[in-house]
Amino acid sequence: MHDLSVAALALGLRNRDFSSTELTRHCLQRIRALDPHYNSFISVDEVGALDAARQADTRLAAGEKAPLLGIPLAHKDIFCTSGLRTSCGSKMLDNFVPPYDATVTRRLRDAGTVLLGKTNMDEFAMGSSSETSFYGSSRNPWDTSRVPGGSSGGSAAAVAARLAPLATGTDTGGSIRQPAAFCGITGLKPTYGRVSRLGMVAYASSLDQGGPMARSAEDCALLLNAIAGFDPQDSTSSEQPVEDYTAQLAQPLSGLRIGLPREYFGEGLEQATGERIRAALALLEQQGATLVDIALPHTGLSIPTYYIIAPAEASTNLSRYDGVRYGHRCENPRNLHDLYTRSRQEGFGDEVKRRILVGTYALSAGYYDAYYRKAQQVRRLIRQDFLDAFTDVDVIAGPTTPGPAFGLGAKTNDPVAMYLEDVYTLAVNLAGLPAMSVPAGQVNGLPVGLQLIGQHFDESRLLNVAHQLQQASDWHLQSPPEAGL
Amino acid sequence: MLTVVKVMTVHQDDIEKLAELARVRIPVEEAAEVTARIATILGLVDQLQSVDTAAVEPMANPLDAVQRLRVDAVTEANQREAFQAIAPAVENGLYLVPKVIE
Repeated sequence: MHDLSVAALALGLRNRDFSSTELTRHCLQRIRALDPHYNSFISVDEVGALDAARQADTRLAAGEKAPLLGIPLAHKDIFCTSGLRTSCGSKMLDNFVPPYDATVTRRLRDAGTVLLGKTNMDEFAMGSSSETSFYGSSRNPWDTSRVPGGSSGGSAAAVAARLAPLATGTDTGGSIRQPAAFCGITGLKPTYGRVSRLGMVAYASSLDQGGPMARSAEDCALLLNAIAGFDPQDSTSSEQPVEDYTAQLAQPLSGLRIGLPREYFGEGLEQATGERIRAALALLEQQGATLVDIALPHTGLSIPTYYIIAPAEASTNLSRYDGVRYGHRCENPRNLHDLYTRSRQEGFGDEVKRRILVGTYALSAGYYDAYYRKAQQVRRLIRQDFLDAFTDVDVIAGPTTPGPAFGLGAKTNDPVAMYLEDVYTLAVNLAGLPAMSVPAGQVNGLPVGLQLIGQHFDESRLLNVAHQLQQASDWHLQSPPEAGL
Repeated sequence: MLTVVKVMTVHQDDIEKLAELARVRIPVEEAAEVTARIATILGLVDQLQSVDTAAVEPMANPLDAVQRLRVDAVTEANQREAFQAIAPAVENGLYLVPKVIE
């Protein structure tokens, strides 16, 4: 059962080949047996999952045909789940049991999905390796001595190891796409504002966006259908109408123009990874697409721009953790100042503190214009690069990352080296564009991801291109060896 | 053409002051290392100073959207008990903090 696509699982459920309870038990059994190798889950909710599965079975027996009814999934531990601990990978929220559901959580409950548990992640989504988690690193199922990527590393590892057929992730600077690439799965970061941020623990609010992680573009489309759409409770949510994201999947690619930014294929891209990407692009070309050389001249500046804007917004967002209303509180505070300072010192890890300090610096009097305002100006230039390119091409393609997954601990002592990992993904968030990572073969047994970038609200086209690639290749069907076997 | 402006070098006492402002205490024995790491990050972001942005409007929202306002009406039910059930210390519906006024 764990090798089936979501569409095949849904058909099996409707045909009574198996029940949601059987499918859920199977996933829970795999998590129990295999997850000690991957540490992809922070919390597993066996009781809640079996209860939701029984309810789904009742609805299925009544003839209901909702596309995700009875399908198990995992949420990144950044989405609030009423009654189930939502830690965001931090000691600060180790004891936090939300009194409400995120909009994404609620929509997926209403769709009849079965929540297996909450997945591991970099603390407050700040990282590219899942190593900053308070609950220990998650590990890459293809090679457990390597990172699964981050920050949605637990979701990527759980899907790749076939512990869950679907998972949610969030992407502030590449946190869905980079782990999807490292773990050989398919992930989509939607347009900014496409998926509600209500109840998604905030990191950098002008960049954060939730999205699907799965084993194919088709499965991502099914999950996106359930979570996309306007939410009056998120003031940055878009009122743009939602499409059926499965409707365009079968569209042929003839006439499609794909832009290849020369900045994404230059120095810094590992040679073997570049070869895999070019092979995937050749396949799209065979299907009728035209490859066009384009320029995104401000690409290199996306790193400094991001590492001002994201920490600035984070330092503001994380000021809410004060040891008073929820979350970690220090023992025996001497006074209010000590309560704030010691609760935060004890509750936050090193990378979170670094970003709070950088953000506080960038926003402080005297430096605001030189850093924050400057970054917001360069941000506009970065977006303009994309808008100019899209006057000539339909989608943009390149590598998701410079190379495959790196080893655990390889970059933890050098924050800047870790930041440079995100060179191909950050600009997309700064520009608010949708983008995917799609499996494109392997280098030395480690997966490589092809990144596809679309125009604002053009998720259907990205999913179409990814699906057509997956009709012509079997990279997305390759699975890592089962741990312990 | 482009000019490179070095904004400033960050010192350990700057970091200690920032930590104080941000309410994140840095243990004395870690202050030098934290300063060195932050200096590296600030070195990276100083690349921005080389770009001419004189005529560029800052962008806060990637869709250039403005904050949507809602009708000024009560739409939420009071959930004080549910919200305070997860608080570290409450009494009679109030959050407890150390004494502020001596």
